[in-house]
Amino acid sequence: MLAETLDLLASLPFWVAVLRIATPLILGTLGVLLCERAGVLNLGIEGIMVAGAFAGWLTVYQGGGLWTGVLVAALVGALFGLLHGVLTVTLSLSQHVSGLGITLFATSLASYAYRVSFPKVDSPPTIQPFAEMGWLPIPVLNAQTPLTLLALLLVPVIGYVLYRTPLGLALRTVGENPAAAEGQGIDVAAVRLGAIAAGSALMGVAGAFLTLAAFNAFYFNMVNGRGWVCVALVVFASWRPGKALLGALLFALFDALQLRLQQSGTDLFGVALPYQVYLMLPYGLSIVALVLVARRAAYPQALMKPYRKGER
Amino acid sequence: MIPDSAAAAAAPVLRLHAITKRFGSLLANDAISLELARGEVLGLLGENGAGKSTLVSILFGHYVADAGHIEAFGEPLPPGNPGAALAAGIGMVHQHFTLADNLSVLDNVMLGTEPLWRPFSRRAAARVKLLEAATRFGLQVNPDALIRDLSVGERQRVEILKALVSSDKRQGAKILILDEPTAVLTPAEAESLFDTLQQLIDQGLSVIFISHKLDEVLRVSRRIAVLRGGRLVATVAAAGSNKAELAELMVGRPIDAPTRSARAPGELTCRLRDVGAGGINLDLHAGEIVAIAGVAGNGQQALAEWLFGLQAPPRGQVELRGRVLPAKPREWVRAGVARIPEDRHAVGVVGELPVWENAMLERFDTPALSRAGVLRRAAAQAHARNVIERFDVRGTQSQGLATPTRALSGGNMQKLILGRALMGNPEADTPPLLIVADQPTWGLDIGAVAYVHQQLLDACTQGAAVLLISEDLDEIFAIADRMAVIHQGRLTPARPVAQWTMPQIGLAMAGGAVDHHHAH
Amino acid sequence: MQLGAPFIAVAFTLLFTSVLVAWAGAPIGRAYALLIEGGFGSRFAWSETLTRATPLILTGLAAAVAFRARLFNIGAEGQLYAGALAAVAVGGLHGGSGFDASPWLLFPLMMLSAALAGALLLLGPALLKSRLGVDEVVTTLLLNFIVLLFVSMMLDGPMKDPTAMGWPQSVALQDGVQLGKLVARTRMHTGLLWALALALALWALLKYTTTGFAIRAVGANARAAAFAGMPVAWVNVKVALLSGALAGLAGAIEVAGRTGYVTLDMSPGYGYSGIVIAMLAALNPLGVVAASVFVAGILVGADSMSRAVNVPTYIADVIVAVSLLSMLVATMAAQYRVVFRVGSGGVPHAR
Repeated sequence: MLAETLDLLASLPFWVAVLRIATPLILGTLGVLLCERAGVLNLGIEGIMVAGAFAGWLTVYQGGGLWTGVLVAALVGALFGLLHGVLTVTLSLSQHVSGLGITLFATSLASYAYRVSFPKVDSPPTIQPFAEMGWLPIPVLNAQTPLTLLALLLVPVIGYVLYRTPLGLALRTVGENPAAAEGQGIDVAAVRLGAIAAGSALMGVAGAFLTLAAFNAFYFNMVNGRGWVCVALVVFASWRPGKALLGALLFALFDALQLRLQQSGTDLFGVALPYQVYLMLPYGLSIVALVLVARRAAYPQALMKPYRKGER
Repeated sequence: MIPDSAAAAAAPVLRLHAITKRFGSLLANDAISLELARGEVLGLLGENGAGKSTLVSILFGHYVADAGHIEAFGEPLPPGNPGAALAAGIGMVHQHFTLADNLSVLDNVMLGTEPLWRPFSRRAAARVKLLEAATRFGLQVNPDALIRDLSVGERQRVEILKALVSSDKRQGAKILILDEPTAVLTPAEAESLFDTLQQLIDQGLSVIFISHKLDEVLRVSRRIAVLRGGRLVATVAAAGSNKAELAELMVGRPIDAPTRSARAPGELTCRLRDVGAGGINLDLHAGEIVAIAGVAGNGQQALAEWLFGLQAPPRGQVELRGRVLPAKPREWVRAGVARIPEDRHAVGVVGELPVWENAMLERFDTPALSRAGVLRRAAAQAHARNVIERFDVRGTQSQGLATPTRALSGGNMQKLILGRALMGNPEADTPPLLIVADQPTWGLDIGAVAYVHQQLLDACTQGAAVLLISEDLDEIFAIADRMAVIHQGRLTPARPVAQWTMPQIGLAMAGGAVDHHHAH
Repeated sequence: MQLGAPFIAVAFTLLFTSVLVAWAGAPIGRAYALLIEGGFGSRFAWSETLTRATPLILTGLAAAVAFRARLFNIGAEGQLYAGALAAVAVGGLHGGSGFDASPWLLFPLMMLSAALAGALLLLGPALLKSRLGVDEVVTTLLLNFIVLLFVSMMLDGPMKDPTAMGWPQSVALQDGVQLGKLVARTRMHTGLLWALALALALWALLKYTTTGFAIRAVGANARAAAFAGMPVAWVNVKVALLSGALAGLAGAIEVAGRTGYVTLDMSPGYGYSGIVIAMLAALNPLGVVAASVFVAGILVGADSMSRAVNVPTYIADVIVAVSLLSMLVATMAAQYRVVFRVGSGGVPHAR
């Protein structure tokens, strides 16, 4: 089995799959990262990804361009994010409950909208997804869609914004000590809402990747817990963009590995495992990752604490 | 008094006109009008709850006044916006530091100094500016140090620099507000702060210095504005005033010293033997009050936790009438220890629960209040009623025993906690053996402070031993018999209060060895 | 004011979702009439609603008791399935899985196993939270997926029903341990009585016992509870066991009363709905009963409505989700006014 695994790791198509699986995770994790760095837990990601997937796909199905679809998905994500923001920042309600409510809301709304738009179909209608970037001279990348490139580029961009711009400093401080930010003339609520909107837009795009690049149609249950994995990955990444990329790639690596093992029917230590075991591995891995990092987790200090202006 | 700068000109740099602010039914500021002259230090004095913090919060833009307006340097100040205050040249050093622990000094100082839309940060230039200001004002800092690695005194220096640099829009035209700056400093560090203030004045600054400590306000200010119950009751020149006059202005009536009957200390109640990393040795006798003085953060919290029964000390042991108790709060309560924690909101009570449930928080599973796992509600409520009556807990008129505890004022909440601790066993009316009081009067108005002190003294007369941990030397001098000073987990010997001199106290707080032979 | 909050929330919800109904091209008034009729309009409707409400009461109780202690148990779905599986493992037909013993012994054993299965499943994340500070929301959520896969694995293999002709379902429960019908010719079963009894028991526990008091105190302010000497860690464990057990029982009761065996789709999100129900009920056990009946009625009514008019059944999920969010807002609005009026409780302290 070791030999087979090594063969696998050396093959290009394997890495193509890894990068493709990683893309929504990178986007989603960066989205959660922005929200949490500003001090707000956004558990709406699972639902926002569903909504983004549906909205993006519907736009293209109705005749819009692929990038228009991505934009719409981002917008839809930002809107749900703003709803979460109003509930948690403006009204200081429980971030846990609001986030879960948003997930339920966005998922059910997307499902409802889909059924209303397509009441009688048996197999989901398809669209023409993003094409691979064959024109790129870089191996593995040239088998990817532009959204993957976008995801990869966003990592250093977000890193730069967070650590080298006044806006990034304001965002980080708002998540560490909002009173400090307010004392320096920063509008804490505005920064938090902006961060949530931007982060949720990324989550929407992560969902759109599924329908516009990875697959070409909208299925119920297509997000399948990826949103929650992103929430776990952010902790694993210590809220840093670079480590978020690493975490997403690592996770995608294991996911791609288990897919191949499943498909090739390889035995693990001579025992034929049911396919469900392989499917469980990614979720189990996320939990393990969370546990490993738990002790050293350097949470943004103001995470999940609502801030009322002037209250010290 | 800090001498005014030579550049003291005629026109005031700051004018507050009839500032009024209400919070619900509470009138926090009642038509307050003040002026601050250029180059002067104005002391703002008042007891807790008098409205000082509210007033400066309005000035700095954290709150918006209901009526009145402010002019800074002759220009109207837009209300409700810290950014506008900063732009007008007003900087504020808050009572609770507004620093982000996980970020560096430079990060904290740079925040808000550059427009948010700019896609790059001029860190090198900001660093130079920071170091320049540090030298100019005599406040040394390391720009790259993380806040969480700094000491309290160092953090305050960063706070002050931050306030100065952030408001540095006009050279020399600056106003600095300091809100209770010496609360966390040793006497020596406070002196150093006053030197800094002098340098600031020489550089052309005007300062508003908020405090409830009479000594300091007299020492530092040129004029003193006294607030009481939200109103400005007097503005006096520091040179012509004294502590007694100020105290009376603050409270509105002459204050009586708490009464106690003389009583010789009785048997040994509690002994600490080589406790903790600092090897604390202390004896507590029945009928006496022993105070632990010291600047915050020197081991008081650990000491309190050992005596509350929350933690066992890593070394040494604590004996209560000869027994060593395990680190289980229940055992301590049962043994007759009355405990008053420092933070009444976060640790003393469960705010959501009604008053009667908080009254039984420590003893709800004793036979008097529950049987076989079922609460004896009638008994518990009767007990609560007792506590409320005996200890004058107010605030339960409208909803009775079901009043959520968080609705009580600070003073009444503390009385509830006091009553709960002192009334201990609901069946037998026995006074406690040992009272451990951690900052019991912090944040209370003078009436409540006097009440708490009297209760402690009364309990003492009835035979309790009292350990008082306090950062307020006035309090200690008022009621304690003996005092020890704690520094970095080490305790000086506990000597009679009368034998301590101020220089000795200051020295001990800073960690210097106290020379017992020169005890005059 | 506190009591008015659910009604305001529901009113707003129905207003919002009427837009969605209109979008589907259905007449709003008629659609809602069908919804209410389908859920509450006839004896049959009530029987369906109450049948649906049975597991919801239990998952609602599970969420209520956990959330009171600030343990965000989102894993009720998985705990439900775990309980169902455990019930079948113990009480399934001899030869498939399960033991052969008198129903008097088997039934309690079955219920106990289900409760245990749910409890242990939640204990893991709870301990991870208290020992290592791992956020329980994500761990319980991820566990749901894992449990469902495990159930699928069991249904494909060791617990497969040999008589089901390839359909993935588990071995059936023995006749003796199934729950009897409450009302003839309906699907209502005595599980409802169990659920009601448990709701009452939980309410009494919280209000009248020392354990309940400890749970409420620790949940509201763990530091103060610790200072007062309450064994906070142990209380949190008790809460986790209790919550998980309730969710596990939900699964067992569904199997024993409604389905007779375990399938992969036996729970259309009861675990998640339980959270909404707990919030609607302001975490009050008796309120959970009312909220469960309400939500069940919506779900049942939506089914019947969608068959009559062309509104997709997902409208029910939208109604539930929007109810949650509006309830959140309504509760805050009610509290804000109350706190502000009571003395200086709402006043920022001037220190």
